[in-house]
Amino acid sequence: MPETIGFLKPRQAVLDRRGEIIADLADLLPDGCLISDERGLKPFETDAFLAYRRMPLAVVLPESTEQVAAVLRYCSRYGIPVVPRGAGTSLSGGAIPQEDAIVVGLSKMSRILDIDLFNRTATVQAGVTNLNISEAVSADGFFYAPDPSSQLACTIGGNIGMNSGGAHCLKYGVTTNNLLGVRMVLFDGTVIELGGKAIDAPGYDLLGLVCGSEGQLGIVTEAIVRLIAKPEGARPVLFGFASSEAAGSCVADIIGAGIIPVAIEFMDRPAIEICEAFAHAGYPLDVEALLIVEVEGSEVEMEAMLRSIIEIARRHDVMTIRESQSAMEAALIWKGRKSAFGATGRIADYICMDGTVPLSQLSHVLSRTGEIVAGYGLRVANVFHAGDGNMHPLILYDINDPEDAARAEAAGNDILKLCVEAGGCLTGEHGVGIEKRELMRHQYSQADLDQQMAVRAAFDPQWLLNPSKVFPLEGRPAA
Amino acid sequence: MIVHFEPASEEGIASVVRSAAAERVTLSIVGGGTRSGLGNPVRADRTLSTRRLAGIVTYNPAEMTMSALAGTPLAEVEAALDAKGQMLSFEPMDHRPVFGTSGEPTIGGVFAANVSGPRRYVAGAARDSLLGVRFINGRGEVIKAGGRVMKNVTGLDLVKLLAGSYGTLGILTEVTFKVLPIPPAAATIVVSGLNDAEAAAVMAEAMAQPVEVSGAAHLPESVGGRFIGGALPEGAATALRLEGLAASVSLRAQKLASALARFGPVATLDLDQTKALWTEIRDAKPYADGTMRPLWRVSVAPSAGHQLVAALRLQAGVDAFYDWQGGLVWLRMEAECEAELLRRYIRAVGGGHATLLRAGEGERTRIPAFEPQAPAVAQLAERLRASFDPSRIFNPGRMAVA
Repeated sequence: MPETIGFLKPRQAVLDRRGEIIADLADLLPDGCLISDERGLKPFETDAFLAYRRMPLAVVLPESTEQVAAVLRYCSRYGIPVVPRGAGTSLSGGAIPQEDAIVVGLSKMSRILDIDLFNRTATVQAGVTNLNISEAVSADGFFYAPDPSSQLACTIGGNIGMNSGGAHCLKYGVTTNNLLGVRMVLFDGTVIELGGKAIDAPGYDLLGLVCGSEGQLGIVTEAIVRLIAKPEGARPVLFGFASSEAAGSCVADIIGAGIIPVAIEFMDRPAIEICEAFAHAGYPLDVEALLIVEVEGSEVEMEAMLRSIIEIARRHDVMTIRESQSAMEAALIWKGRKSAFGATGRIADYICMDGTVPLSQLSHVLSRTGEIVAGYGLRVANVFHAGDGNMHPLILYDINDPEDAARAEAAGNDILKLCVEAGGCLTGEHGVGIEKRELMRHQYSQADLDQQMAVRAAFDPQWLLNPSKVFPLEGRPAA
Repeated sequence: MIVHFEPASEEGIASVVRSAAAERVTLSIVGGGTRSGLGNPVRADRTLSTRRLAGIVTYNPAEMTMSALAGTPLAEVEAALDAKGQMLSFEPMDHRPVFGTSGEPTIGGVFAANVSGPRRYVAGAARDSLLGVRFINGRGEVIKAGGRVMKNVTGLDLVKLLAGSYGTLGILTEVTFKVLPIPPAAATIVVSGLNDAEAAAVMAEAMAQPVEVSGAAHLPESVGGRFIGGALPEGAATALRLEGLAASVSLRAQKLASALARFGPVATLDLDQTKALWTEIRDAKPYADGTMRPLWRVSVAPSAGHQLVAALRLQAGVDAFYDWQGGLVWLRMEAECEAELLRRYIRAVGGGHATLLRAGEGERTRIPAFEPQAPAVAQLAERLRASFDPSRIFNPGRMAVA
């Protein structure tokens, strides 16, 4: 497909020194930590934003913070761009490299270093997967709360880079709310520690700044995260509605009534059909929209919350109510939702949007989204975290049809502009990456962007860490 | 406090800042001035207050967000929220009692100093509730960051950076924050007679139970009598708060009480006592004593708090109580500040930080209020500051650690 998103022009001086650079990196690292042959590099040319790919100059897979520091010190000295990478599950192209860049992959740093149940913290290397943390403490009755859909594969380092969310962040917050400390390497090779097992840290909130900085401020090699006692029980309930508007206003009323479930997930008719065909979750096929509302706590608490929620749903003419009666039924209800992206990928190529809007704007934005996509002659399936207004319209298209792809991208851009106009933002949890970089101007003024870029430059004055990402290519300060 | 500038508009503030930057005039930035004891004393040419930039801009209870101009009195914000059954989940401390200040705290001041309270331990700090800001940087530019939605990863998170920057990076003009419903019911389980180490273990045990404890404090015998008019049971009190729906709170209270009965006598406080107790814990009531005896706020890993206090007791006269499962230590010294000793011991128990809230004039100027940071982090912080305020006109000295 024709590429509409540009990359920075590769530095010829770096490309010319390729052989030398690879030899130097080999000296810096143990055997088996450097990839430079084309076949080996291939898996690193893109991430989950599949429409774009670039072969990196080389990939390094360090085994320690010191090795990361050695590589960054080298790249800083010779002016070589660096692209950090966790599991490569970014939906916005955050881990896509460029021809003159060294990819620093954290996959070999995948050890859990310390579980401290007294203080309810886990100290882990950046390459540990999100789910591994919860699994390591599950038997003791704890879990790590942020649960992005890709939690089986995605790494905590990547989660910190993107400030990842998940289905349950309505109650527990996103990565930044569950992160206590990091060890990170600055581009000049300096190793710093931010935060720790104490609940808060002195000075500027650098930890908060680093979380969600998309690998532009340094490379996180270790993290201390907060563990939470698992609730006694959790129960999802499925509600089917005659219209998306009814479902949307039901969400607003639940929140407005002072009830905060752990999750409120929304699916529209196309999404229901796609997921049901794949997961056989028993979703009703005669409704226009469904909500999965999950409550947790003791039996009494869940019961009380569910009664109030059901009462609110009835006021919105709910057509179907299905309470899970067993763990198996609960798992099935979630299986359909969690397989939404995978199931959609089986029937078509898709672009997944990630704008967030104020709850009062949900219905409006949903119906406008439908009109916009139809206007481009495409189809859309909506499946998203309704409780916090984080929408995920999936625009279906054919990746092999260049015109179709261009239309999908244009529709996506229109939807994101709509989200900003409605008082929301371009991205709620997937990050800007390359995907939404040029749309930043719709959300921020030049002064806003200049301030962010000045902050970035305080960490990486050479502008070499993940350089093609987040900020529009035009109007950057001279490095 | 002499206030030289009190602009009533964002543009008014920006224009003062532009002239100040051009003339290298330094500015002390204040809201209500009730917390100006936080951080090092500021020496500035002029004082600018945001007090007149006041008013709630938008409040939509169904969206659980509010936007307010920085100078809006905190009391006005809380009254508006209360009327709709909502609250600031992070329970901002009122610093007036410990500082002996008067006046009205502003919502801008709350976020500028990232002021939080007991629930911070489970529900996050002020910075976790802050969704968006507008501020004036040191070049006099109006900058916005974040927004009014719950989830937002669009660009660098300058919102977090501004929270807790004590007016040294920018002057907040408008803040947008998340609010939560007020739990209809609350109770506190009190276990009596535990020493500090036992209390730490009991609090850890309570936090590991699936009962959603929303406050865990230990009030040793020396302070216990000074809370809620002496109504706490005799001896040291280890207090655990539960909040939520009424039926659920009473059930969880029973569960927790029976889980903890083996550690000591257990009592339960009702809703009103619970509210009073946690407000007093929040405001460090035993040390709001009208004296200038040195007061520290120490943050360490919860397991380390009592170790730190035990070690200090061998060397100095200290009185202490604990919040955040033992990780937040309120420490009042009987004589000197003992900054060097305290900070050395904090490193010895695994790290954390100590903030000097109150001390005699001489010690206040000599001892850095905030914990000194590693040189690489301090340099980074200085570069960051320069990226916001290149002429260094905002609150000079406030966060200095040298």
